[in-house]
Amino acid sequence: MLTANRLRDGDVLYRKGDGWVLMLADGDVYADQASADAALAAATAELVRNEFVAPYLFEVREVNGKIKPVKEREIIRAAGPTVHPHTGKQAGQINA
Amino acid sequence: MLNAVVKPVAPNMYRYDEFDAQFVSERVNQFAGQVARRLTGELTEDQFKPLRLMNGLYLQLHAYMLRIAVPYGTLSSKQMRKLAHIARTYDKDFGHFTTRTNLQFNWIKLVDVPQILRELADVEMHCIQTSGNCVRNITADQFAGATDEEIEDPRPLAEIIRQWSSLHPEFTFLARKFKIAVGACEQDRAAMQYHDMAVQVVKNAQGRIGYKVMAGGGMGRTPYIAHVMREFVEREDILAYLEAVLRVYNQDSRRDNIHKQRIKILINTIGPEEMRRRVAREFEELKRMGTLQLPQEELDRITAYFAPPQFETGLPDTIPEAGPDFANWAKTNVHKHRAPGYAIATITLKTPGQVPGDASADQMDVIADLMDQFSVGEVRVTHEQNLVLPHVRKKDLPAIYARLKELDFASPNAGLITDIIACPGLDYCDLANARSIPIAQKIARRFEDLDRQHDIGELKIKISGCINACGHHHAGHIGILGVDKKGVEFYQLQLGGSGAEDASIGEIMGPGFTEREIADAVERVVNVYLKRRQPGERFLDTYRRLGMAPFKDAAYEKEAA
Repeated sequence: MLTANRLRDGDVLYRKGDGWVLMLADGDVYADQASADAALAAATAELVRNEFVAPYLFEVREVNGKIKPVKEREIIRAAGPTVHPHTGKQAGQINA
Repeated sequence: MLNAVVKPVAPNMYRYDEFDAQFVSERVNQFAGQVARRLTGELTEDQFKPLRLMNGLYLQLHAYMLRIAVPYGTLSSKQMRKLAHIARTYDKDFGHFTTRTNLQFNWIKLVDVPQILRELADVEMHCIQTSGNCVRNITADQFAGATDEEIEDPRPLAEIIRQWSSLHPEFTFLARKFKIAVGACEQDRAAMQYHDMAVQVVKNAQGRIGYKVMAGGGMGRTPYIAHVMREFVEREDILAYLEAVLRVYNQDSRRDNIHKQRIKILINTIGPEEMRRRVAREFEELKRMGTLQLPQEELDRITAYFAPPQFETGLPDTIPEAGPDFANWAKTNVHKHRAPGYAIATITLKTPGQVPGDASADQMDVIADLMDQFSVGEVRVTHEQNLVLPHVRKKDLPAIYARLKELDFASPNAGLITDIIACPGLDYCDLANARSIPIAQKIARRFEDLDRQHDIGELKIKISGCINACGHHHAGHIGILGVDKKGVEFYQLQLGGSGAEDASIGEIMGPGFTEREIADAVERVVNVYLKRRQPGERFLDTYRRLGMAPFKDAAYEKEAA
């Protein structure tokens, strides 16, 4: 999958089509490295729009029918801090 | 939760003069312009990043993080209330006190930062030099000006160093960040020997007050204990001497490898003798030019800001009886004060289960009330992520304790095993490899029983979520370092570190433990201490006597602990 941060508030974004969504579950999963690289290249070309920063790819896998990041870092990034479950996307806190 | 009316008290601390106020205001306007230019695309991210970092603004795991400077850990009640307001208005209702005695907000929006900086400037605060390769926030002994152990209050010197190093044209683009601590007694509560540079107020054989300067300490990937650069520097020469150290560092340090750019690497590469020689040469040149002397009248002017409060006389000099819970708290969290009838009270932000260093907006407001009612409007932030009320009447301690209980900040654990330092770790930090806070919570809950904590005595656990060591794991009696193994968190144990006057670097035990195993391993290590300690020995003393082997065997369950 492809992720970035929104420039104006830093919120975590996930790539969907030619745009971005706020929840990992709504983002695109790239089936192979070539399509992932193509998505990253497209996003990198869009940096001049100054809407998001720091795009990068990360690995996911399917667990019980749901997409889950491989690394703990991305699991936490997608949900919010494990020590403050009342904050972050896990608590439905999404900036408009 | 808030008090209806508590009259703010203005403590004796440095206050901005006209120049300071104008300087900070201009800097806010400058950064506001830079934010606007970034949002419109006039500045690219590559151009903007160093500018935001120089203003304490990071992009972390979930959002922007704003780091606010708390110079030498001193805060007024007015400033504390402003921090509460910012937490409530612009963040998610809480803030995090750090090991650099700063305060971080973790959910800041870029578009709000100019207004936040304006509000901070209103209470004489800013975020300048809380990041970047420059001299960072100056830290100090949290008992400064209150303890009878010190030669004099080191905060005037800290303030002078702060002013000298703020936007110093020669030292704004150093090879790496540079951290300075000050203290004024043999007891080291500021981890001075782990700093790039530390200044200790001392008396020479003739009884004259001057400064001992140390340099080359540090944590991170390559930990070192600082070397003494000069045992005694005259008062008027201190800025020239510090400038000489920084100049040698700036000129001679490597810039080709980020892991070898701190002053500790330079000093330990060329050797402390050669470093002293180079510094002495620069120092003599600076003295010959005579442009960087610290005039006595300027020292007196700054010192006047920190004049001791008007302590009441005739107060009872005993701590009142107020039940066993209060007695336990007084035993660990109350320290001797210089004035009869007064005490220093430590508020540990470490009730087992809490996030070390976190405080909610409401808690900050109540602490501000306590500052005004009981401690001349002042609090200190400690590098151990606690708060200190520096000047409280002993007779008021039970009332303070009662209010702290309401806040859930009355744990009697200062310096004990549950008073754990933990960096934000992978829950927030973009650099982290593993979480720190849940490990701290788990260990604190494991040792929650108060009798057991007091039986164990002084034991400092420090946890970092990566090798950068913001959680000071090298200086922990028990240090824990989080590492990433193929995306899974593991935790390495280190034993025998100390950040106090008996400074030492912890020794790595061996392979890491899983998140599930680490609290058990720590408990087995502690049990070895309890079984084999001699009368009067702290954990650290027993470790130094026995060495790693018995602790390692127990941790890996090679023998029953």
